Amino acid sequence: MAITVDSTGDLSPEEQKRLKGDLSRSLRQKKIRAILLVAPLVAFILVTFIFPIGNMLVRSVDNPQVHTYMPNVTEALKSWDGQELPDETIYAALAKDLIEGRKAKTIGKAATRLNYEKSGMRSLITGTARKHKKIVAPYKESLIGIKKKWGDIDTWKIIKKTGSPVTGSFFINAFDMVESPDGEISFAPEKQQIYLKLFWRTVWMSLLITFMTVLLGYPVSFLLASLPMKTANILMILVLLPFWTSLLVRTSSWIALLQTEGILNDLLVWLGVISNEARVQMIYNAIGTVVAMTHILLPFMILPLYSVMKTVPPSYVRAARSLGATNWTAFWRVYVPQTVPGVSAGAILVFILSIGYYITPALVGGESGRFIGNMIAYHMQKSLNWGLAAALGVMLLVMVLAIFALYSRVVGDNKVKLG
Amino acid sequence: MANPASSEAYVRFDGVQKSYDGVNLVVKDLNVDIPRGEFLTMLGPSGSGKTTSLMMLAGFETATHGDIFLNGRSINNVAPHKRGIGMVFQNYALFPHMTVAENLAFPLQVRKMGKAEVEEKVQRALDMVELGEFGNRRPAQLSGGQQQRVAVARALVFEPDLVLMDEPLGALDKNLREQMQYEIKHIHDRLGVTVVYVTHDQSEALTMSNRIAVFEDGRIQQLAPPTELYEKPENAFVAQFIGENNKLSGKVDALADGICEVVLDSGERVKALDINTDGAGTATTLSLRPERVFLNPAEGQCQNVFSGKAEEVIYLGDHIRVRMNVCGHDDFIVKVPNSSDKKGLAEGDTIPVGWSIDDCRALDA
Repeated sequence: MAITVDSTGDLSPEEQKRLKGDLSRSLRQKKIRAILLVAPLVAFILVTFIFPIGNMLVRSVDNPQVHTYMPNVTEALKSWDGQELPDETIYAALAKDLIEGRKAKTIGKAATRLNYEKSGMRSLITGTARKHKKIVAPYKESLIGIKKKWGDIDTWKIIKKTGSPVTGSFFINAFDMVESPDGEISFAPEKQQIYLKLFWRTVWMSLLITFMTVLLGYPVSFLLASLPMKTANILMILVLLPFWTSLLVRTSSWIALLQTEGILNDLLVWLGVISNEARVQMIYNAIGTVVAMTHILLPFMILPLYSVMKTVPPSYVRAARSLGATNWTAFWRVYVPQTVPGVSAGAILVFILSIGYYITPALVGGESGRFIGNMIAYHMQKSLNWGLAAALGVMLLVMVLAIFALYSRVVGDNKVKLG
Repeated sequence: MANPASSEAYVRFDGVQKSYDGVNLVVKDLNVDIPRGEFLTMLGPSGSGKTTSLMMLAGFETATHGDIFLNGRSINNVAPHKRGIGMVFQNYALFPHMTVAENLAFPLQVRKMGKAEVEEKVQRALDMVELGEFGNRRPAQLSGGQQQRVAVARALVFEPDLVLMDEPLGALDKNLREQMQYEIKHIHDRLGVTVVYVTHDQSEALTMSNRIAVFEDGRIQQLAPPTELYEKPENAFVAQFIGENNKLSGKVDALADGICEVVLDSGERVKALDINTDGAGTATTLSLRPERVFLNPAEGQCQNVFSGKAEEVIYLGDHIRVRMNVCGHDDFIVKVPNSSDKKGLAEGDTIPVGWSIDDCRALDA
């Protein structure tokens, strides 16, 4: 039934409701089509992005190994107060776990997990398990007989602590802190602090790289935006060239250029700027990382800058000039403020890309140019301490989100524009 | 090069040429004197060189030949910001990241003016364009007409003697455009500044200007006050470009006392004022305004009388537009005032049409 409109033109509440129903029915088809169009992407992102991130968040506190593979002793230790060595029943539970774990070949996993807490735990457990024939009642005596450490109360404290299914120990580690067997948390000795330093270095080097890309990208974008289309397109190809060459090829050419016996050093020696003995180390350190990453990430700065600059009509600068502004004033007070959205977009892009970068620092960064990403990769691939890798990853994620929040508070989201 | 006559002209273009590509001249030999306080409009189709001429005066383009004088001084090598010329741009060019007041304060701040003085002048300029309350708004929060007024106020706030306007009303709708034409004209009258105005809209030019320079093909075709331009076009282009025009082409047959006899291509003989012909035997174009053609002229009222057939009659309220077939041209337009005593003219009617010698001008071919 059609909606009747009375002479005043107002609709009664019921009629309004019906009108809304009519409207949503007529829009339903559009909505369904929109949902169908985005559905594949949403599914893809769910599987490849949201789920892994959730998984990482869980892994950073998840602690199943000891809980799962040494169930008896974990259960028995629940009632232990930690004041003195446990009694026979707990030793018996441990003996059971060791023997069963050896048979099922799962004891190694629990041992590896315990080793993260204190080195030596792995050999203690696997070593004891290997001598399973010697494990006989009374178990307390027999186990201490096999390995003296079973008589150490700290060993038991660690097992009890690590037996909990959820742990903060990866985060404690990631913050360069240590937890004593009694649960006291303190900073690790100066020399053992790695991660916070790496985080700090990652942040400031990423800022430096972002700054360098602005410094180098702004004039280039300015030129590109002011040139006629045909010339600009050719130059744009040159700008995009780094995108089209393999990352490894680019990185190795930086090595060829920058190494101590490389082209740049040869040139400097030949020009007499430096002596042959005093060749400059420009790669396998922080300089190498900054140079190579600035080069690699430059297009991410130039593209948004260029597209924003393209939209700034030349009449603004002309207007400023006609109003009496010098070239510089017109540029600084009229042109630059209008390109801020482009600088913002480029800076966020470059900063977030570089803070999580890992392949280039790994190849040319050496010791001093390494990023936190390299440490995460190390724990993923080498030490297989996924919990710690996840904790570091979560910290990185939180940091990026925090920086983004701070940024949008200061600059404003609406100031980010890609053209 | 300082010519004694240049003391009269506030702005002077002296043999100015401009080429962008080194092959074609966009502006060919431009010579204009603009006295102080004049409202001069450069009118012409796009690509005729009018905007280029304005940009050369503003300093954003350099002349490839010739001199531009401002107040008797050559400004060829003076940077735009030192010329002290106010300018209103086609798209207003209001700085989007500044408020209206900041926009207006900009030219004063770059002149290192004191804060109190800046505030006072900004407020006065805003009041002048009746936007006193809008100082804290951003340009994007204003309507097109308000933005236009801000742009005008900004070009005037630092009290320049010369203001350039580059099609400033192009983006406005028709009603607003007409209203703004009057406002700009009134501001000009009140402040006495010299204005050089560029437009392709002839009614705008006719409304506002003291003099109009009609540009075509890089040259000024005619430089004259509005009435003269419309009543006495000097060549076929101006006649055609300004207002509506009936064009009849033919050959000059005889010349005497400023009056020539022209044989039209269709054979009829027409008497016309000899304005711009190359003498007997040469081709010419006759120009005749539609409102100067009479239907059923009284005996002796017109020297030229022919028979015409009404092809199309369009009622336009204040007048009736009739498209007729006269002397072999079927695009001959006659405007008949809609007076109460006129009887209706029907399509297909054949009636005599006539016009006087004074309204018919023989121009270049």
